[in-house]
Amino acid sequence: MRLDERTRGDFPILERVVNGHRLVYLDSAASSQKPRTVLEAMTQYYETSHANVHRSIHTLGEEATALYEAARDRVQRFIGATAREEVVLTRGTTDGINLVAEALGRTLRAGDEILITELEHHSNIIPWQMAARDRGVTVRAIPVADDGLLDVGAFERLLGPRTRVVAFAHVSNVLGTITPVAQLCARARSVGAVTVVDGAQAAPHLPLDMLALGCDFYVFSGHKMLGPTGIGVLWGRRAALEALEPTRGGGEMIKEVWIDRARWNDLPWRFEPGTPPIAEAVGLTAAIEYLEKLGMERVAEHERALARQTVELLQAVAGVTVYGPRAAMDRGAVVAFSVDGLHAHDVAALLDQEGIAVRAGHHCAQPLMRRYGITGTARASFSVYNSSEDVSLLAHAVAGLRTQL
Amino acid sequence: MTPAARVGLYSDTIRQRWRKPRFRGELPGATAVAEDVNPLCGDRVRMMLRFDDDGAVAGVRFTGDSCAICTASADVTAELAEGRPAREAARVTTEDVLAILQADIRPTRMRCVTLPVTVLQKALQT
Repeated sequence: MRLDERTRGDFPILERVVNGHRLVYLDSAASSQKPRTVLEAMTQYYETSHANVHRSIHTLGEEATALYEAARDRVQRFIGATAREEVVLTRGTTDGINLVAEALGRTLRAGDEILITELEHHSNIIPWQMAARDRGVTVRAIPVADDGLLDVGAFERLLGPRTRVVAFAHVSNVLGTITPVAQLCARARSVGAVTVVDGAQAAPHLPLDMLALGCDFYVFSGHKMLGPTGIGVLWGRRAALEALEPTRGGGEMIKEVWIDRARWNDLPWRFEPGTPPIAEAVGLTAAIEYLEKLGMERVAEHERALARQTVELLQAVAGVTVYGPRAAMDRGAVVAFSVDGLHAHDVAALLDQEGIAVRAGHHCAQPLMRRYGITGTARASFSVYNSSEDVSLLAHAVAGLRTQL
Repeated sequence: MTPAARVGLYSDTIRQRWRKPRFRGELPGATAVAEDVNPLCGDRVRMMLRFDDDGAVAGVRFTGDSCAICTASADVTAELAEGRPAREAARVTTEDVLAILQADIRPTRMRCVTLPVTVLQKALQT
């Protein structure tokens, strides 16, 4: 049975009719849809077990705490982390990157360099600009070659003794490029730089193994991987996390407090001040369970086939340009394209009239758009519920676009 | 695609103005220029104005990188401003433009309509 045949019935929203057509949802890279098990787990939590976590000494408090902490264990297994203490639950990828950038920023000195790449999402650019600001620190970027792959030769030239941080996406949210994480991290480590990987577009689609990747920090969101909004993960190698001074204070992140000072709590709670997203953690657990049941190897294979089919069909349409790596193995579940003579937003609006949801615009990656000399693209992205028929419908609709405006 | 939906989203006016804008291009000798960007989509519109001796808007042109709705709005905005005293031209509103576009603009695309109007106002303030 095809993967989408197995999953389709689990996603209630896919029954929606949009503008008179069956919904064809090709915007999972922005946010995925949720299976019924995730929705039910969260509702059940609120209906039966909700209370605040950690210090509520009553039955509900204990249940909520157990459920919240179970999410951490589930994440640890899912990403191949060595210890549960290395898993910090955040509000999402942007939150996780900001947390690390803010804390690392305090350790930077004038003359230091932060190395990012030209294909980053703004959420992996701006926090580093902020960390660099007022400190005499420079942000530099590894260029992207025409085929959408990182210019590894240029990376070697940019990397040096001043490089303190190397931050990059595992999978580009526009080009779909899968970056050579292990290779980049090994080189960065050889000059003593800390590595931060934005896994927002990888965690939902690829099997993950933190040890094999060899990075110091890895960050992703729940809502792109079938889970709810408002929760994400910051994984840090224990020593890397321990070296970070917390920058956000509040309840739960402390052991002892006096009026003028405090002693920090242990990992990972040191980085989780305030009441955490408890129901969202429950939803994340259910999302991971769902993905694990399908098997991440199978998920990756399914989506790779969809991306390959999309590239082939769209390239055959006159006036369509497809961006990103040619080889399917180098590409995640994302295909960006443009149609001659049409603005990306008009492409998306016209496709929406046929029930097809795609993203259009600069995808929060303006430096990358500038590098290709464009203002935006349309983007189709995939998840476990998309079918080969979805891709055919997209290609057919795109082929008819140029006569419509 | 149903015919009704097509009319709703992109009116004939939008289509015509997108295909053949009347006010698109450079304006040599422009004395008032403004430009802005729609942060949502990165669209960019630049308005250039020239005035006659009485302070009326003698010429308007726009350039930019914009979608069909934004381009049509810029074209209509330019048309509404041209020939009017500067003070009157500054009173061109989004509602005026919408009345001419005759399309069912969704909230997510409203910025495409308002951007050229605000750029015109900025140019008139310079």
